[in-house]
Amino acid sequence: MKQLQESIPVAHTRIYALGAARGNQVVTNDDIAGPIDSSDEWIKQRTGVATRTRAAEDQSLMDLAVEASKEAIAKSGVDPNEIGAVILATISFPYQTPSGASLLSELVGAHDAAAYDISAACAGYCYGIAQADALVRSGLCKYVLVVGAEKLSDFISPTDRTISFLLGDGAGAAIVGASDHPGISKTIWGADGSSWDKVGMTGSILDFRDGKTPWPTLTQEGQTVFRWAVWEMSKVAKEALDAAGIEASDLSALVMHQANLRIIDEFAKQMKLPDSVVIAKDIVETGNTSAASVPLAMHRILEEKKVASGGYALQIGFGAGLTFAAQVVELP
Amino acid sequence: MAHTQQEVLAGLAELVNDETGIAAEAVQMEKSFTDDLDIDSISMMTIVVNAEDKFSVKIPDEEVKNLITVGDAVSYITANQD
Repeated sequence: MKQLQESIPVAHTRIYALGAARGNQVVTNDDIAGPIDSSDEWIKQRTGVATRTRAAEDQSLMDLAVEASKEAIAKSGVDPNEIGAVILATISFPYQTPSGASLLSELVGAHDAAAYDISAACAGYCYGIAQADALVRSGLCKYVLVVGAEKLSDFISPTDRTISFLLGDGAGAAIVGASDHPGISKTIWGADGSSWDKVGMTGSILDFRDGKTPWPTLTQEGQTVFRWAVWEMSKVAKEALDAAGIEASDLSALVMHQANLRIIDEFAKQMKLPDSVVIAKDIVETGNTSAASVPLAMHRILEEKKVASGGYALQIGFGAGLTFAAQVVELP
Repeated sequence: MAHTQQEVLAGLAELVNDETGIAAEAVQMEKSFTDDLDIDSISMMTIVVNAEDKFSVKIPDEEVKNLITVGDAVSYITANQD
């Protein structure tokens, strides 16, 4: 009997390049404060958000995903025909099927690539990086395009005081490929389904169809999520550092899901990071963009030259599910 | 060792001061965290987690919303210490 052939593994992977796209409208706190009986000062003090970028009607989630992907592909120098898989992390693509990734693969020239969406909310991009690392190291794909893209403004309520006012639209993309040294550490990831109802939608689309609920929008139990995001997720981040075999002092940057500046600040305190570690705070201008927030935040600190290529960044996504994923990556 | 009500109040006042800068003397039993001390939900949760450490007590999320006044928190902590 003939022995089966398998894909030929490679030793290491890294992120080659990132791309970013933000919603084409800057929405200020004053623009949204009225319906939630709030103010610019209150929102800044409570959340750190000064503006959020939202996509106008003429800018779709796919427009954002394509723009970010094209930048990442161009900067990486990779031939899009050699991309073996396109992974789109999103909770706001407006079709149940087909996947957004399938259309995205066509629009960026990744013809015949495997393509699928993942639904892991704000952890989605880091889930995608974990999968890309595994797909490339196993030899199944030469390159993988990972994209976090959201148009959350389609799923917000102007009167919601729990989360809607924080949310923005955007996309971040990464090309992952083989490396001659480790550039993505072992991912620490998981989900706590016992807290399934702590962040999510106000109703199902079936309830909406049957007239039992208004258009479903995003909502959360803020206090519970805050406790989990800071004190449980900082444990996960420490595990990721241990798994990578490095210390906090070896990091150039901390790139967290941009949920709320208060979470970022308290989380950083719990991590006891040295002052040398740059803490990404894209939320101040972009808002919370769920699956897009980690790559957008990393892209910004690279563009602003706050960190240099080659340094280590701890990235961690966490959100509805409750899902989480953390890994250390070499900055592209 | 269990803390007395007075010790819990003093310790809680310290935690409130650390988190918000509110003078410890202002943290009195009848004061409401929200209406009198103007403590928001995120600061409240930080105080709760730090109180758990300080007094070896578990304060579940669903209990936090019942802690309206400083006195509510002092009573809960005093009654539920390990």
